Amino acid sequence: MAAKKITTPLTDDVVRSLRAGDAVEITGALYQARDAAHKRLVALIEAGEEVPFDLQGAVVYYMGPSPAKPGNVIGSAGPTTSGRMDAYAPLLMRHGLKGMIGKGLRTAEVKQAMRDEVAVYFAATGGAGALLARRIVGNEVIAYPELGAEAVARLEVVDFPAIVVNDCHGGDLYEEGRGAYARDV
Amino acid sequence: MGAIREVDVAEVTAAVKDLCITTNYDLPADVYDALKAAQETEESPVGREVLAQLVENADIAAADRVPICQDTGFAVIFAEVGQDVHLTGGDFEAAIHEGVRRGYGDGYLRKSVAEEPAHARRNTTDNTPAIIHTSIVPGDKVTLTLMAKGGGAENMSSLSMLKPSQGWAGIADAVVDTVSRAGSNPCPPVIIGVGIGGTIEMVTLLAKKALLRDVGSTHPDPRIAAMEDELLERVNALGIGPQGLGGRTTALDVFIEEMPCHIASMPMAVNVQCHAQRHKTVTL
Repeated sequence: MAAKKITTPLTDDVVRSLRAGDAVEITGALYQARDAAHKRLVALIEAGEEVPFDLQGAVVYYMGPSPAKPGNVIGSAGPTTSGRMDAYAPLLMRHGLKGMIGKGLRTAEVKQAMRDEVAVYFAATGGAGALLARRIVGNEVIAYPELGAEAVARLEVVDFPAIVVNDCHGGDLYEEGRGAYARDV
Repeated sequence: MGAIREVDVAEVTAAVKDLCITTNYDLPADVYDALKAAQETEESPVGREVLAQLVENADIAAADRVPICQDTGFAVIFAEVGQDVHLTGGDFEAAIHEGVRRGYGDGYLRKSVAEEPAHARRNTTDNTPAIIHTSIVPGDKVTLTLMAKGGGAENMSSLSMLKPSQGWAGIADAVVDTVSRAGSNPCPPVIIGVGIGGTIEMVTLLAKKALLRDVGSTHPDPRIAAMEDELLERVNALGIGPQGLGGRTTALDVFIEEMPCHIASMPMAVNVQCHAQRHKTVTL
């Protein structure tokens, strides 16, 4: 399956062109954020304050890397379970977030917000952190360095491989893929 | 009784440090071979692509000496101490914690342990404390097994206090239900450890110890081996597949450990393990 090449920030047109099951290769900036960072980002928005990066068209990568060895851009860098960010994701989408990269199931509320706000959820391969790190060419912590692996970083990626799980049209690869291969025993 | 053998706990620290690093860089051969074999049998093109990525990832991690997965886990240590061993030079458990501290520091491993879980959730910054399970065994050796247990799969695990009347059917349904509900979350293909019997704390330990077996190994008790085969077939019929994207390879293996239980009880636990099944044993 040939991968679609896309660049960030994402536009509504690009998001609308993506369908569940599409393989993509992403180039541009991704914002690394997981549990503790999301809690802080949402608190800022709720307090009417600025978040530390431009959310318009942004793609967030649910990931907390291992420490970079000397000379390396980043340590291993695969996705974490997205469901822990479900409580925060709809608000971020309402403020411009267009893409999320992680692994695992999303709630009905998150999937509805993706339809309402025109956003997309990608899965990267969980447990392939050494391989995925090779597609990350830049790494700058931009907020909350005290959180260590949970800090917010701006990552530059080239041809970062992912697959569309939930599109903005209601497509859901986790449901469709499972349905296609389930069988009775 | 044999002569008492002295083991300096500094040796324990050095061994644990080495285990932390090598366990996180080198995928065990049994898991690696199982992922390669699954590429041949997986029917889903996306599933085959995921399996190919996982094999390549293991190759990169081993060659570059970097972690297989950024979640380098909570360090779970199973220590078997021979009863003819005299541990010298300091506190045994402190020596294990120190080994974890050095391994996760020097090995560029992620520190993934938070204290005050209900409130502050402050990172302890050195991946301690380790979880230590010590047993006293015959002999004059110290055997240390490290399991680097990631959070994503651990979160999908389950404990059930079933009624004895529910029998094997109830246990089997609970295992399949746990894997089904977990879906894509625990990074399938998974390995399933099942504990049956004992008490509430023992059944979860049985499930975890079950995960120490080699993928593809057959339980020595043919009755339990048949139970494992049945569960593997049912789990792989769910269609979840590699990374939950659809396919036949939802689990690489299912392992069961059981022990007697109270006449009123039927405890069972499922410990879910991701494909990055990192564990290693060393004997001092």
